[in-house]
Amino acid sequence: MELANIEELVEKYLDATTTLQEEATLKNYFTGGNVAIHLQEYAYLFNYFATAKEEQFKKTINLAPKKKRNLTWFSAAASIALFVSIFFGKQQYNKHEQRKEAQRIYVQVSKGLALLSSNLKKGEQAVAVLYTYENTINKILK
Amino acid sequence: MKQSDFLKVVLPFKDKVFRLAKRLLVSNEEAEDATQELLFKLWKSKEKIAGYRNVEAFAMTMTKNYCYDRLKSKQANNLTLVHSNYKENETSLDKKIEYQDSVNQVHVLIEKLPEQQKIIIQLRDIEQYDFEEICIMVDMKPTAVRVALSRARKKIREQLTKNHNYGVS
Repeated sequence: MELANIEELVEKYLDATTTLQEEATLKNYFTGGNVAIHLQEYAYLFNYFATAKEEQFKKTINLAPKKKRNLTWFSAAASIALFVSIFFGKQQYNKHEQRKEAQRIYVQVSKGLALLSSNLKKGEQAVAVLYTYENTINKILK
Repeated sequence: MKQSDFLKVVLPFKDKVFRLAKRLLVSNEEAEDATQELLFKLWKSKEKIAGYRNVEAFAMTMTKNYCYDRLKSKQANNLTLVHSNYKENETSLDKKIEYQDSVNQVHVLIEKLPEQQKIIIQLRDIEQYDFEEICIMVDMKPTAVRVALSRARKKIREQLTKNHNYGVS
């Protein structure tokens, strides 16, 4: 292509009014190697564009979802565990309370019985005194 | 849509997605992660994209938005990506002839452009999309795209000529 033509296209290129076809023409000219000295900088530019387009994404595409822990199952399990522990805990607590209550009653009852027995003892002693008293009287009266 | 059908749709433009991501995110690893993430997102919304006329344009828009988000969160983390953060594989020391150097310089110059111009240069000059598609991808008016593209091209050329004349690289 004629140099004058290229120069014209370069001007259009800088104004961003070139079509893709015209830009392809420029690219061909500037990457061809035979570039006019005063247009040398465009050769750098278009060569860079050409090399930049060769870069590729080389990693394998991974479409499997990332390992995310399934929190729904996790929370379901946690809530079941909570309910179970509350249920058994409540039972245990009730048992514990019953035992405590029984102990309290036992202590009260045994206290009452002890009081009763001590009072009975007192009564027995009194009766015993009465007996000795009566015996003595009988002895005297005989 | 089965996995094989999906891959048939996606494979032709996966490299374009990757290159755009790399243009914006700079680092190779980041771009790879972004591409992987995007393809996965597309796969998840496969029912939706089955109805799209232009899946490729949709994917490029998604890529652009995703990269913007990544960049934003980077900024929030006070992490900036600059050219020195990574090594271009092509520039091995023994291959540093001037010509190659000047070509690679274009890469650095593009990197210095504002994000929007970067994207447009990438889409037009590297991927060779037509203006209509670019307008859809970047959600801009055709005139605005042309203006941005013209500015970017002039800026790069200006810098290249400057470096060339002064022999600074």
